[in-house]
Amino acid sequence: MTGKEFYIENFNTFQKKLNGQSKSFLNEIRKEAMNRLTELDFPTNRNEEWKYTNVSPILKQNFIPAVNTTIPKFTKEEIKKFLFNDFDCHLLVFVNGFFSEELSKISLLPKGVIVGSLKKILKENPELISGYVSKISKIDNAFNALNTAYALDGLVVIVPDGIALEKPIQVLYLNTSENELVLSLPRNLIVAGKNSQVSVIANYNGYGEKVYFSNIITEVFADENSIVDLCKVQNENENSYHIEKVQAQQKKNSLFNHYNVTFGGAIVRNDINSLLDGENTETHYYGLYMANGKQHVDNHTFIDHAKPNCMSNELYKGILDDNSRGVFNGKIIVRQDAQKTNAYQQNKTILLSKSATIDTKPQLEIFADDVKCSHGATVGHLDETSEFYIRSRGVPQELAKSMLIRAFANDVIETIKIEPLKEQINHMIFDHLHRIEIENK
Amino acid sequence: MLSIKNIQANVEGKEILKGINLEVKAGEVHAIMGPNGSGKSTLANVLTGNKSYEVTGGEVLFDGKNLLELDTETRAREGMFLAFQYPVEIPGISNATFLKTALNEIRKYKGEAELTPKQFLEKIKEKAKILGLDETLISRYVNVGFSGGEKKRNEIFQMLMLEPKFVLLDETDSGLDIDALRIVSDGVNIYKNGKNAFLVITHYQRLLNYIQPDFVHVLYKGRIIKSGGKELALELEEKGYDWIKTEEVETENT
Ligand SMILES: Nc1ncnc2c1ncn2[C@@H]1O[C@H](COP(=O)(O)OP(=O)(O)O)[C@@H](O)[C@H]1O
Ligand SMILES: [Mg+2]
Repeated sequence: MTGKEFYIENFNTFQKKLNGQSKSFLNEIRKEAMNRLTELDFPTNRNEEWKYTNVSPILKQNFIPAVNTTIPKFTKEEIKKFLFNDFDCHLLVFVNGFFSEELSKISLLPKGVIVGSLKKILKENPELISGYVSKISKIDNAFNALNTAYALDGLVVIVPDGIALEKPIQVLYLNTSENELVLSLPRNLIVAGKNSQVSVIANYNGYGEKVYFSNIITEVFADENSIVDLCKVQNENENSYHIEKVQAQQKKNSLFNHYNVTFGGAIVRNDINSLLDGENTETHYYGLYMANGKQHVDNHTFIDHAKPNCMSNELYKGILDDNSRGVFNGKIIVRQDAQKTNAYQQNKTILLSKSATIDTKPQLEIFADDVKCSHGATVGHLDETSEFYIRSRGVPQELAKSMLIRAFANDVIETIKIEPLKEQINHMIFDHLHRIEIENK
Repeated sequence: MLSIKNIQANVEGKEILKGINLEVKAGEVHAIMGPNGSGKSTLANVLTGNKSYEVTGGEVLFDGKNLLELDTETRAREGMFLAFQYPVEIPGISNATFLKTALNEIRKYKGEAELTPKQFLEKIKEKAKILGLDETLISRYVNVGFSGGEKKRNEIFQMLMLEPKFVLLDETDSGLDIDALRIVSDGVNIYKNGKNAFLVITHYQRLLNYIQPDFVHVLYKGRIIKSGGKELALELEEKGYDWIKTEEVETENT
């Protein structure tokens, strides 16, 4: 028994474990999701949305939902090396998707602000989130159904109207398999009230070398005039699988910035979706993916221009080495009502080896007539003239190459507003390059 | 210092340099002149180890070392510097990062300590002043948005920062107005001393009014067809290249 059947079979055992939570509003949603899972099949390459991403390696193994495994204990000392530091932030730590109170450090919050774990909120104030969870994000595929059916914990941030949260929220998701193959299922929710502001850093990391599977859903609600920054840095271990769906809903005059930096994972799939559900919204998607070995990184973005006068801007850049494979699919729908839409999209990829590949596709569906839309995709190699120029000043070839790669990534990285975070991501880029040691290919 | 012996080189399978001989001693300034397409930049690229240029014969000794065996960066660390005819724009790398990295790589090679940020900044200030460069240039991306003249000036700035032994100037005068030409030449003349040497490539005599050459060579169709003192440059300015070409043909016929 593998894949779908395995997860369906285990659902009853899982349900029994919930006892106390069986009355929660989420439980109905869970049962529904399990029904959907029985109807749905996990995607294959025949599915247009999954044409270039083969998930069968993920389905060949049975991952045990983390709730049915022993969650390993980490000390503060052990997690230190995974954290972004040198700036003041609230820290939340999730191990295999479950909140760790001991490792987290949330400082005093303005009245009404909630920064914490889904599990706890479900127990204490479920009414605060029942209007959002699984309302913003619909189930698009079996992976979404799997998360919705089994997820018990995740990040919850609620910022009431009129509050700008000063410190960013850093969330470390540390995943690891010890004795069993773990399925980690964070279920995240960020709600920004009217005229509010919040910044979240989602820091995904793997511990050890064993395979595990992170299957995540993140829902974002940006109410009128709010500003939401969500910066994801994914550095899972190289054998792991990582699938996330981010679904944002933006009300009028809101601004949503999503940063998506990928280093780790054997098979990675991100779906980043925004519904522009109010006038004068602004949306920025910045992506950087670095892959080597046999890594497979698939980014699907979808911006749904449903209302007039909105602006969206996407810049995704990739650096692919060895036999790695990248996929970028940028979907933009401009609905009939959405006059005066401005939508821009760019995907640029550098291939560092002859066997690295990228499949890149814009997907524009425009139903309004007064619209400014542009998109572009480029695929190239490191510029040899620039490399020669740098070397001619005494810089060794390998360093010259990594400088050029860093330079290529720069217009994505420089948009990150937290200076120390930017610096540390830059270091990660260098580290990553040194690990893969770019030779002359 | 630099001894070029019968260098032959191909570009894309086509023979461009057909046996160049040249001796440059410390303290000397040599000029190479010649019409467009005669192989001047090819020589500069061969000397700096550009892989697109294939050396098919000959030898170059740089302070006794076999230059052609060294890779581009090692040549630079040994003191070879080319001011490019077409300096490259590198968006995403600031002049500061670029120069600091280069300078420290060169220093490391020589067994010298890295410069402290303060020392580096002082050096920048000192050299920028010589060329009348705005210090804010240092935080801008390498050559991005620079005018033609600014790019050339930036090449000389890099020369002053990296302090090479042997400097190749490839058409550094092109695209410069008289004022910029004077500034750039001043930079070169200030840097010039008995221990370094210059190979100045140009196809106008103009630059040589400011940077006085000890020797002038005419490169034509991949060969040095005439060498002389600085008066040769003036003669070329007056009479053009045709008289030498004829002379060449005559000598070939006899
Ligand atoms: N990178 C190159 N690719 C192809 N041909 C080249 C290249 N560089 C030079 N050449 C050719 O070699 C010849 C000499 O060029 P070059 O050395 O640039 O001359 P100069 O600098 O004297 O004007 C020309 O015919 C030119 O077309
Ligand atoms: Mg030339």
